[in-house]
Amino acid sequence: MTAYNTITFDPSRCKSCNDCDACMTACSQIKSGTDDLLYSRIKIIAGMNGSLPELALCRQCGDPECTKSCPSTALTKNEQTGVIDWDKSLCIDCLLCTVGCTYGGITYNMTLNHVAKCDMCDGDPACVKACPSGALSYVTSAGIFNDQHDREDLFVPGLSACQGCNSEMIMRHSLRKVGPDTVLATPPGCIPGMGSVGFNGTTGTKVPVFHPLLTNTASMLAGLKKQYNRMGRNVTAMALAGDGGAGDVGFQSLSGAAERNDQILFIVVDNEGYMNTGMQASGSTSYGSWTTTTPVGSEMKGKRTNQKNLAMIMMNHNCEYVATASTAFVEDYYEKLDKALAASERGFAYLHIYSPCPTGWRFPSSQTIEVCRKGVETNFAPLWEYERGGELRFTHSIDDPLPVEAYLNLSGKYRHVSEEQLQHIQEQVNERVKTLKRFAGLN
Amino acid sequence: MNSTHYLIAGASHAGLEAIHRIRLIDETATITVVTRDARLPYSPTILPYVVSGQSDPDRVVLRNADYFKNLNINLITGDELVAIDEANKQVTLQSGDQWHYEKLLLATGADPIIPPIPGLSEASFHVLRTMQDAINLRTHAGSAKTAIVLGAGLIGMHGAENLRHAGLDVTIVEMCDQVLPGYFDTRAASVIQTAFNSNGITMLMGSRVVKVEQQAQSCQVTLENGNSITADLLLVATGVKPKLDYLKGTSVQVEEGILVDRNMRTDAPAIWAAGDVAQAADFYQDKKVMMGILPDAVTQGAIAAMDMSEDYTLQPYTGGVPINTYTFFGQQAISVGQCMADDQSEELTQVDDDNHRYLKILLKDNQLQGISSINEEMDAGVMWQLILRKIDLTSVKDAFIARPLETGRALMSSTWR
Repeated sequence: MTAYNTITFDPSRCKSCNDCDACMTACSQIKSGTDDLLYSRIKIIAGMNGSLPELALCRQCGDPECTKSCPSTALTKNEQTGVIDWDKSLCIDCLLCTVGCTYGGITYNMTLNHVAKCDMCDGDPACVKACPSGALSYVTSAGIFNDQHDREDLFVPGLSACQGCNSEMIMRHSLRKVGPDTVLATPPGCIPGMGSVGFNGTTGTKVPVFHPLLTNTASMLAGLKKQYNRMGRNVTAMALAGDGGAGDVGFQSLSGAAERNDQILFIVVDNEGYMNTGMQASGSTSYGSWTTTTPVGSEMKGKRTNQKNLAMIMMNHNCEYVATASTAFVEDYYEKLDKALAASERGFAYLHIYSPCPTGWRFPSSQTIEVCRKGVETNFAPLWEYERGGELRFTHSIDDPLPVEAYLNLSGKYRHVSEEQLQHIQEQVNERVKTLKRFAGLN
Repeated sequence: MNSTHYLIAGASHAGLEAIHRIRLIDETATITVVTRDARLPYSPTILPYVVSGQSDPDRVVLRNADYFKNLNINLITGDELVAIDEANKQVTLQSGDQWHYEKLLLATGADPIIPPIPGLSEASFHVLRTMQDAINLRTHAGSAKTAIVLGAGLIGMHGAENLRHAGLDVTIVEMCDQVLPGYFDTRAASVIQTAFNSNGITMLMGSRVVKVEQQAQSCQVTLENGNSITADLLLVATGVKPKLDYLKGTSVQVEEGILVDRNMRTDAPAIWAAGDVAQAADFYQDKKVMMGILPDAVTQGAIAAMDMSEDYTLQPYTGGVPINTYTFFGQQAISVGQCMADDQSEELTQVDDDNHRYLKILLKDNQLQGISSINEEMDAGVMWQLILRKIDLTSVKDAFIARPLETGRALMSSTWR
């Protein structure tokens, strides 16, 4: 089983382009050496009755109909690239392929005198590069599946996370990559709560796991790591902690371990609160959020204080490696995980992963990744990394962000937010980016 | 006694799609495919292009031997069903081998009809249904100077054009007044006929053959009007029909083909049928029809296999919608759905004679019933889905009539969100 790269289309971004046609011109140019849009294999079509633009493009289907209706074997699914290849020397122009396609992805072109379809430009699509609004993107995260799927998932099946849980995805991805030579700490929170720490005398992991107090996760891991070092065993001391367990109750031990630059890989899954005990606010809960301890009523309108930015605080410890990440940008996360793992051999590595929570934040379980994505694209949750002694580096552009409403509108916990609150949140986001840019040497 | 869980009779589009679908959800059950052709699977649609030399017989194999090996499918070539014992779930093959099956799919296709014309059966003539037919015809065309093609259906027209490409003087004799009857309307047919005429093919329309006489190196055909024509080569392309002798003694019900329900089940237990052999639901009216088109064979093969393998994602057959894409002398004719208006349908026609372009849209209750075109860019698959899904075009009707390609694409694209 192989996963393939793909071109994605976000019509809401395309709309802002007002028929720029850049993608179609680029396709015509690279495939036929002309600006004539008739040669383009990607077609952006005006939406019906003023709705968003639509797309006609070969989807490189997994179980393609066009190849099945092809009597000449001119069309074949390339097992390596996933592209449906068209061989001109075999094609008899019978047009039966066009009968199978419901995407307008392969059509007889009167100008070319044969059918034409997208070939993904051998993995470097010209249309995507030409798109000025980011409506088209080339998604290469399939490579992660291809690289990683043979590794063992080191959590057991059947953990009782909520539907759409981002934390479960983070845990499984992370431990699978870090590998079996690991001792794992999961302080109180969703992660042990869903069963990873164990039940009935068995653990929920396939590596040694323990359940420290909220207060002593980092100090216990520091001691364990030292003992393993004494025994001459190279073991990764890893924490999967929530934002409360890391930034509020457990902060003194975390700060101490970072200050000592102990060899620990500390991963924080930040769902902005104590979501497993009934959605109470934490220091990471963002301004204006509804939680059960920051309710919405006639006086109070959600959380009154701003969230503290734990990742920036950790950066100021000047430990080996600090980075933020999001599951909507999983390749970025894997790169950071590699760096953090290497850094944890030298000293303290800290990863802060934004983890929107469908249950506690009130959004549909199908929307988790979209909320993650919009968090990054609005600069609410910017992606960056910092290596000891260096400068902060943004790993996703902070230029031209979407307005913060694009993120807030997705979650019920911000439903009540007033104009003034919205303005306050936008200002907070802007200020935070400004501060980060100073660390990046960009001001 | 050999034994197999799935027995698939036929290895053309319906049979191949069926084994693909079965293997998608059942990796281990035994599958046996029997095809009467000695070759690896190929499409009947490719044959006219083999005649002209455009396609090489060795380069049009739909699935190679490794495909069957890798999926652990037992492919038996050069053998065919001769009898079915439905009570004991057994078949007998031409070779005498017997197979026990749990589930049987009949996808045995159709054979050329040989019309009862006096003298024809004694004459030497060609048909075009198998690769060997195509190779024989190509070989003969290499030495022949003139050809007569009986029938102006798809096989006859493709055959005639490709014989012309091979350098022969070709005459088509057709009983009807138009070419491709049933596939295209008279206007589209006349554009096609004009192209054939201007490419030097003689078209004898509305002509009935009353006699065929074999001569030393040629063949003489006598028409009803008394005229006779002679040619080195005779191709009979007057339609196809399934050969159903092997069903004798079974409870499988047949009319023109094997009658099936919307899951492609026949009336006999554990026996399904799909493709050119099957007579299945029509989309437009409550009757069962012979479709005989490639994409529909794929659909039927998929449905049969999903039902056989108890795939719960099965959607029953929505009924056959005629679809034809026809390329002739570098021009394209496409017809999706109905091509003739009835009294309740609204017909919109655009004609551009100078550029040989033609477009006809048939609507009923603001739903697409059929669309046909000549030399217009057209997403046949999009139009097919607009018909099958009975998409309401009320709010976009003007745009659809003015720009069916773009509007159809936008409509289908919007349904994917």
